[in-house]
Amino acid sequence: MTRILAETLPGGASWSRVCRRATALTLTDLDGGANVALLLYRAGDPLERYCMPDTLKAQHVSRLTAGVALYSDMGRVLASMTHDTCGWHDTITGHATAAHVAARWGAASYQDARNQWRRSARDGLLVELAKHGLGRRDLVANVNLFTKVAVGADGALQFVAGNSPAGASVTLRFELDVLVVLCSAPHPLDPAAEWTPRPVRLELGAVAVADDADVVRTACAENGRGFAASEAVLR
Amino acid sequence: MSACDVDRRSELAGTEGRNTRLRLQLDVPAGDGWIGELARGEVLRIVDLHGNQAVDTLFFDAHDYANRYSAVDTLREQGNAYLTAGSVLRALDGEPLLTMIADTCGRHDTVGGACSQESNVVRYGEHTRHMHACRNTFLAQALAWGRGRGGGADLSKRDLSANVNFFMNVPMTPGGGLTFEDGISAPGKYVELRAERDTLVLISNCPQLNNPCNGYDPTPVRLVVRAP
Repeated sequence: MTRILAETLPGGASWSRVCRRATALTLTDLDGGANVALLLYRAGDPLERYCMPDTLKAQHVSRLTAGVALYSDMGRVLASMTHDTCGWHDTITGHATAAHVAARWGAASYQDARNQWRRSARDGLLVELAKHGLGRRDLVANVNLFTKVAVGADGALQFVAGNSPAGASVTLRFELDVLVVLCSAPHPLDPAAEWTPRPVRLELGAVAVADDADVVRTACAENGRGFAASEAVLR
Repeated sequence: MSACDVDRRSELAGTEGRNTRLRLQLDVPAGDGWIGELARGEVLRIVDLHGNQAVDTLFFDAHDYANRYSAVDTLREQGNAYLTAGSVLRALDGEPLLTMIADTCGRHDTVGGACSQESNVVRYGEHTRHMHACRNTFLAQALAWGRGRGGGADLSKRDLSANVNFFMNVPMTPGGGLTFEDGISAPGKYVELRAERDTLVLISNCPQLNNPCNGYDPTPVRLVVRAP
């Protein structure tokens, strides 16, 4: 893989970049227990964005892992999860607001804590989105990489600690040019007593596009059609 | 069962006995939509007149459309993946938008989303591209709402996010699966939602013919709004 970028995103920080088709972003949870809120928009046409419901119902899944495609709301595959050591990434429980941070861990302002101030994922994502002319209306259900919230038979939601040990990694291969927006602030259900945002290693590199036998493309008939839709828009 | 029978039965429970005033009653035809406002304190009853009819619904703060219903904030804060009586439907700001104060069905979905032409093609194939779909209804209703306000109400595709599917049964499995089951609703089942602030309601009475969410036969639903 030809390296395009390698950097460490500190805990509690935000990041955005257009990742081109035929590149892949690997995120590594350096210390264990990370959470990365993730949103995807089609570069150049951000009205087309990651769609949690369409992703789940097309593939009959309630969580993301290797082999799962991340769909836009226009029936196209934006990205594929091609590698995952966790087995479960959440997309149904959203992210924390400043009110959550204050209630769970206590607020800490920049004046008091300098760059250790406690920023919520909501605030981080909105600032990052604003850099691209986007805002609250574009804030849809996000992915929470490295986080597992289990669903019981009665529907009860349970945060599962230890889903992501130190060194856990996940790779997203981009099927179109995609604006990627990340925030590494803690998940609101994280039971940690202390505010401990975790750093994440980001590595972007060039990869081959999905061939006809690609495991994500062939995982189900729906994905075959989703990939075809992504490729059709390139012609 | 006729609509009148349904009404008589639903008189037994709900808001009628609570000294309320009927403000609006209408039936939304199969595959059609509705958009309108609830004032704070008003109660919307949605009646599944004929059973197994998904009612795809979005909610917005009537004074700040960007502060809209948030499915994921709602689920996380209630600690459960399904909606039923007692569920507080939250806006993006985390605060209550509406409360489900009655539910004779028992479970409603909010992760399955609304059907669209594009998602139908993915799920069922190219031959379904021009079948009627909820997100077209959402857009038509949103555009009409804007026109009705002299273009002053900007509501568009950008405002469509994960909706509630009233009367729809989409169980998630402990192993990470998602299944579309036959509805657990039946003729006359209803939900009641009390607006906790002035709320704009956008409904698509789902026209989907490719899965059991409407029993393969979309039917009308009744909306009843009562004021305190």
